[in-house]
Amino acid sequence: MLTLTCPCCGVTVEETELAPGGEAHLKRFGPGSTDEEFETYMFARKNPKGVHFERWRHAYGCGKWFLTARCTATLEVFGSYPAQTTEPPAELIAKIKEKRPGWEGYK
Amino acid sequence: MSKAVSALNGQSHTGFATVTEAGLKGMVSLRADLSSKALAKALKALGLTVPAQRAIVTEGARSVAWMSPDELLVLCGYEEAAQVTADLEKALAKDHALVTNVSDARAMFTVSGAKGDEVLMKLCPIDFETLEAGEMRRSRAAQVAAAVWRSGPQELSVICFRSVAGYMMGLLEVSSRKGGEIY
Amino acid sequence: MSQRLQTGGRLIDRSKEVTFTFNHTRYKGYAGDTLASALLGAGKSLLGRSFKYHRARGLVASGVEEPNVLVNLGKGDRLEPDQRATTTELFDGAVASSQNHWPTLAFDVGAINDYAYRMLPAGFYYKTFMLSTWAWHKVFEPVVRQAAGLGAAPTKADADRYEQAYAYCDVLVAGGGVAGLMAALKAAAEGKRVLVAEQTAHWGGRAPVDGGEIEGMAPEAWVKKTLEALGKMDNVRLMTRTMVAGLHDHGYAILYERVGDHVPDEGRPRHRLWRVRAGLTKVASGAIERPLAFAGNDVPGVMLASAVRDYIVNWAVSPGKEIVVVTNNDDAYRTALCALDAGMKVVAVLDAREWAHGPLVEAVKARGVRVLEGHAVSKVRGKSGVVAVEICHQDSTGSVLEVLGCDCVAMSGGWSPVVHLYSHSGGKVMWDEAGAMFRPDPARPPVGDKGQPIAEVVGAANGALTLSALCAEAGVAGGAEEENPITPVWIMPAKAGNDLKFKAFLDYQNDVKVSDVQLAAREGYASVEHTKRYTTLGMATDQGKLSNINGLAILSDALGQAIPQTGTTTFRPPYTPISFGAVTGEARGDIFQPLRKTPMHGWHEAHGVHWEPVGLWRRPYTYPRKGEGHRDSVNREIVNTRTNVGLLDASTLGKIVVKGPDAGKFLDMMYTNMMSTLPVGKCRYGLMCSDNGFLIDDGVVVRLAEDTWLCHTTSGGADHIHGHMEDWLQCEWWDWKVYTANLTEQYAQIAVVGPKARKLLEKLGGMDVSKEGMPFMTFKDGELAGFPVRVYRISFSGELSYEIAVPANMGLALWEKLHEAGAEFGVMPYGTEALHVMRAEKGFIMIGDETDGTVIPQDLNLGWAISKKKEDFLGKRAQMRTHMADPDRWKLVGLETLDGTVLPDGVYAVDEGVNENNQRNVQGRVTSTYYSPTLKKGIAMGLVKHGPERMGEVLDFPADNGVVLQARIVDPVFYDKAGEKADV
Repeated sequence: MLTLTCPCCGVTVEETELAPGGEAHLKRFGPGSTDEEFETYMFARKNPKGVHFERWRHAYGCGKWFLTARCTATLEVFGSYPAQTTEPPAELIAKIKEKRPGWEGYK
Repeated sequence: MSKAVSALNGQSHTGFATVTEAGLKGMVSLRADLSSKALAKALKALGLTVPAQRAIVTEGARSVAWMSPDELLVLCGYEEAAQVTADLEKALAKDHALVTNVSDARAMFTVSGAKGDEVLMKLCPIDFETLEAGEMRRSRAAQVAAAVWRSGPQELSVICFRSVAGYMMGLLEVSSRKGGEIY
Repeated sequence: MSQRLQTGGRLIDRSKEVTFTFNHTRYKGYAGDTLASALLGAGKSLLGRSFKYHRARGLVASGVEEPNVLVNLGKGDRLEPDQRATTTELFDGAVASSQNHWPTLAFDVGAINDYAYRMLPAGFYYKTFMLSTWAWHKVFEPVVRQAAGLGAAPTKADADRYEQAYAYCDVLVAGGGVAGLMAALKAAAEGKRVLVAEQTAHWGGRAPVDGGEIEGMAPEAWVKKTLEALGKMDNVRLMTRTMVAGLHDHGYAILYERVGDHVPDEGRPRHRLWRVRAGLTKVASGAIERPLAFAGNDVPGVMLASAVRDYIVNWAVSPGKEIVVVTNNDDAYRTALCALDAGMKVVAVLDAREWAHGPLVEAVKARGVRVLEGHAVSKVRGKSGVVAVEICHQDSTGSVLEVLGCDCVAMSGGWSPVVHLYSHSGGKVMWDEAGAMFRPDPARPPVGDKGQPIAEVVGAANGALTLSALCAEAGVAGGAEEENPITPVWIMPAKAGNDLKFKAFLDYQNDVKVSDVQLAAREGYASVEHTKRYTTLGMATDQGKLSNINGLAILSDALGQAIPQTGTTTFRPPYTPISFGAVTGEARGDIFQPLRKTPMHGWHEAHGVHWEPVGLWRRPYTYPRKGEGHRDSVNREIVNTRTNVGLLDASTLGKIVVKGPDAGKFLDMMYTNMMSTLPVGKCRYGLMCSDNGFLIDDGVVVRLAEDTWLCHTTSGGADHIHGHMEDWLQCEWWDWKVYTANLTEQYAQIAVVGPKARKLLEKLGGMDVSKEGMPFMTFKDGELAGFPVRVYRISFSGELSYEIAVPANMGLALWEKLHEAGAEFGVMPYGTEALHVMRAEKGFIMIGDETDGTVIPQDLNLGWAISKKKEDFLGKRAQMRTHMADPDRWKLVGLETLDGTVLPDGVYAVDEGVNENNQRNVQGRVTSTYYSPTLKKGIAMGLVKHGPERMGEVLDFPADNGVVLQARIVDPVFYDKAGEKADV
């Protein structure tokens, strides 16, 4: 069972306090988008063995959503950050690249 | 308002610790920019200050707890909660803020005794050895949401939703039964 | 024959006699005994029957690895099967019985299987049961079911209580032997928060039995001194009777504490499951001795050499009078010395090694014991107890050289480090050729949240099998006699033929023999995981603690490959079985799960309610009166509500406040309707879709103020919809100024429904509730009978209706006041079933009935509630997809059976022809169906292909037993089509 640090209330909590929310940094497509764009937004999800960006909600705590970077193979957590952003913080990306030199990037 | 009755009407059990439903409590939820001056002023009028992250500030019979980066919970007398709500609403009228009286939505419990921590150790994924006085942890007790803090010497307080007050009392009662002391 | 010695026994208290029964006979033991030591001390060595062949079995081991002696323990509501006698601490009044035999332990009919062993090889069941399904159902399954299982399943609810607890530490030490205590001391001195868990009731592990010296002291004295030192430190917690059952992701360890097993009448919880977060786990779990695979190695009286020592030293029980020691290492010589000290006769030591020297060997020789190098056991004689051993050269086929009379055989095949905890979350092991063992590979540990190792292994678990090695590893002065290297022996004798291998057991509990593993290899099972499942090696409740290494060595040999190439099977938690009670913890009975109660819950209960679960809530389904069936009472409630006035506890309805400068814009995104244009003071029914287009919730939205709305949700949907709103606000539109608050539980809500509802409220007084003063689809704040209330003029029944919200703590008082005041108007409470029928009579949809996650509002003819003006709302883009806009989608209609009966729920309307799977084509299905007491006939709603265009058509609905019901497509509004009754 994972432990993650909620960046909103600053505590490291176990998974039972959290609710998972799937892949982070999805771009919403609404009316006016093509079928392909909508399909990608609604259905296409990454399933990497390695670095993955995810949404978590501190459901039993402060109720806030936050985002994490985690290795799906070793369960190493590289960091967590507030959800109000369209891409991961630069320093987190740098940290992951240092730990996982072969990593292809978050896009 | 003599018609008001709290969820368990003050029910209490004593095992190796005493667990009590604390009766009617005033609670006002406040969502706002926690750095706003109007907020600080409004709390000051209640004799309180803006709590830091995860902190709970107590002055006399009132407290205010940090719930999330944009939410506080004011604890006061049940009878005065409507007035406190109205006062806060007025004080924050020009800010983007949401003030709601939630006194009836929740139930509060106290766990008292030298081994009070051991009751909640059985229910909450909280490191009680590092839980300081003045900090409130929002977590869960078994299967329901709960907020826990040290409300006095050898006393912890717990807040949960009103509808699960009976469940919470069941948890606290079985966890405080004699013979269940941990250390 | 085994017996209690006159003196000694470091763990027993001879001043405290303890009485217990085994198979209905009373025996005596001492405080400090295990059930195993007490039975052995009472002269009982035949203690069980094996699973498959029903062979006579006795104790092999003295601890958690014991495979044979599992007993039924306790009786009635405290009966528990499969309890290991070696780990069961004896208490006064304990009741135990042996398992897996009929009619008695001494005379067991099932033992016939033992003569049929040639017909019951590995895979016998797989092969046989493939014969035919007829044979399986008629012959094999009944027989297997009769024979299956070991102990008796309890028939009564468990009388004990169980609990769980959370703990946090920097260092968790798993194992309270010498290595564990050294690790604890070191971590504690560094100021770490240390938790030390020892699975037995005693500290020190094997060292007090095996001897040696630590820091100039005997191990027992050192352990005592160390415990005292640790006990004084505030940063150390010492826990006995606590097993680390598993080590999981991010340092999450499960500990199993047996709190009350040894003192069953002290009112303690029986077990406590600890959920520990440890920064680092020091695995000090020791090692387990391996049996040797010779014929008859399972006859009662054949034991692990270490176990023989344990019984003598710890409990003053000698497992026999005349002992033969058989070994491939020096350690077993300690048993010979210990047996001599206890007054037993050591007939001989058979050492499979060609060369046996060193201090321990010499010490044994010096006491006049025959030490036979290069010798082995060919076969053990005896059925229910050892009578003699036939001995041979190890490097032979087993030709008997001599027969040695004895009643106990102490065997040692070397030691296997307990690597389980290191392996549970991904740590790897490596083969140590010199030690003939798998030990943890420090280069490949399990890792935690920062990529750091979460486990380190010390002591015997790390392959430091001697006290000298262990002390050297910990940097502590100490040690014991020097030992010469082990020579691996996997089959004894090395060239044993089938007659011997058929009786040389690897897995005692599942009766797997050397011959079975070799057969599996011949039949093509090259993977150790497959072999395990084919032969059932290591699949019993001991999870192969004794058998795994021997088994895979034999498999490797049969496959002609090295042991590391074969590898190990997966070590899975828990390390030893833990009780279901501990897993369940407090979650049983009334607190099995949270039950959500409205403020009026107790009133409902006192008034004979029949409950309906709605999420975690209990809502009144109906209130049957004496002599009424549920159907009768539902009908009564409906008729009364439509004629007089009814009261519904609607407190569970979700109530979410949304406020802010952007709240209108936000709600326009959340709902399909336009909510920003709703005038203050008005109510509007709204629909919510997921961004995938499907209808997820509905409810009445109220505009409380210029920048504030109140959104009602379904009872089950409140938390989910609040979460859904917060998700979009926090993660997509975080720059919009909107706050939400879930006020569901702040208010009790009471629906006052029926033609006399207004009269009732007027009687309470305090507010103008007239049609003009409070028109339909508006609300007012005010007071009723002195209660602060908010009253909504909304109707889900089609009748004149008021929904009254009152602070929850006053909910019961208002509910009672309404009953009291309403008596003269014939007021009655009604439940959810009446609510459902009345809404169906009105053609109102219900989330979860008309919707199932695949239905869009357009399917339900709710196009009027979908704004055409809005550029965007959640679900809009999805509803433009081809399939969503397909004119062939099934649409909502009413259905009326031709004969007035009630359609079964969920039945399908069939169409012409069949589909590609040869099933009848379908063209619709029933979503809601009820008996309407108002119309006195069955009414239903359903989704039908082109339904609204086919009014009057009759559809066929095949139901159970070949009956085909016919129903006509009609308008779904069955009652008051013009809507005049609600708006009065």
